[in-house]
Amino acid sequence: MALTSKDLKLVTNPLNMENPITVQVLGICSALAITVQMKSAVVMALSVTVVLIFSNLITSLLRNTIPNRIRIIVQLTIVAALVIIVDQILKAYVYDVSKQLSVFVGLIITNCILMGRLEAFAMGNKPLPSVLDAIGNGAGYGVILIIVAFLRELLGSGKIWGYQVVPDAFYEMGYVNNGLMILPPMALITVGTIIWVQRSRYKQLIEQNG
Amino acid sequence: MDTNSNSYIYIFSSVMVIIVAAALSLAATGLKERQDKNVEIEKKQNLLSCVLIESTVEDAEAKFDQHIVEKYTIDHQGKVVDAVDPFTIDMKAELAKSIEERHMPVFIAKLDDGSTKTIIPVRGTGLWGPIWGYVSLNDDNKTIYGAVFDHKSETPGLGAEISSYDQFQKQFEGKTIELGSYDPAKEAKQQAPVLAVTKGMGEGNPNAVDGISGGTITSKGVQYMLTDCLGFFSPYFNQTH
Repeated sequence: MALTSKDLKLVTNPLNMENPITVQVLGICSALAITVQMKSAVVMALSVTVVLIFSNLITSLLRNTIPNRIRIIVQLTIVAALVIIVDQILKAYVYDVSKQLSVFVGLIITNCILMGRLEAFAMGNKPLPSVLDAIGNGAGYGVILIIVAFLRELLGSGKIWGYQVVPDAFYEMGYVNNGLMILPPMALITVGTIIWVQRSRYKQLIEQNG
Repeated sequence: MDTNSNSYIYIFSSVMVIIVAAALSLAATGLKERQDKNVEIEKKQNLLSCVLIESTVEDAEAKFDQHIVEKYTIDHQGKVVDAVDPFTIDMKAELAKSIEERHMPVFIAKLDDGSTKTIIPVRGTGLWGPIWGYVSLNDDNKTIYGAVFDHKSETPGLGAEISSYDQFQKQFEGKTIELGSYDPAKEAKQQAPVLAVTKGMGEGNPNAVDGISGGTITSKGVQYMLTDCLGFFSPYFNQTH
């Protein structure tokens, strides 16, 4: 089965021009909560992608049978059931990872990207494109999360992936970690800066009516 | 078929609920044994690392059986209660009870060099949620041999550092606890700390450790937790001494 260029676009578009965080401004809540350290950001990005792939696939398979009037409830049930099952499996087989994720697994349910993709894409498309769309959006979400986490961990705690990168000599010379970077508002400002950079490069993203 | 008719919607949602419920309960019951096992192994690993024995998930059980030689359940007068298995005691439930009804577990570890250590579990409140851990004492019941702490949701990089050995737990080793003025009738906040956790106090002071800068409330939480939980054992220590 060969992928057409149209299929490929489903994966690559969300990385930049249709990025779920910086262009659609979805999933901001988790981008604030878990970008203090890179490790948790990567794990969160992976779990969101996995849950998104499966929920997109299931919704797409059921799309012709789901009654229109209760479709949001059905989508929510699919996502919630998947998240709980993933959580149970993690607890049983990779306990360490599950401890690290703790509340974040539950937060996946509230991630607007999931409901957004199910409603906007999986409800109207075949399974294969839906899975590709899920991969693309998961990756687009992950890229932004990792960039934000990289900046916040580096400037906020002088570490990357938990390892110290700012040498002790700097601290002795008077360098101080920016404690503000650890607090949630700085995640919002960092995301805002990314959006600013992206829009000044790609002028077509700027809304005309303003 | 009309997917928007009422009867279709009822049937669809009923079937969906049954399938989802079956899948979830299957996952929950089928995996429960493994999950409980993981929690038990983690507890054993924590108890071992409190007496500075490293263990992996695989050898934790064997090392636990080898080194943890005795375990007791203790009441507020320091007496041993036989009815309850100390390993399964729920610290959260016990701490919610009044002191007279409280039962706390204590574990005795025998190390390779022949010395015995007393391991006391501790539990308290940090900034965002519960914090807990284990403190092990030398056989004088005063000097701390090792300590481990963990937390549910303290701020990463700040309060969460209490779970780091190098940043926080290491400095407890060799410190002494002061139980002399402990009064079970008073709350931990209103009495002299068993061991002070204050920023900049730890250096050269046998009765204090350095708190975490930027994690003051979590540090104080550790201090109150130690006062509460170690204080409970002062009758027990007096008897065994």
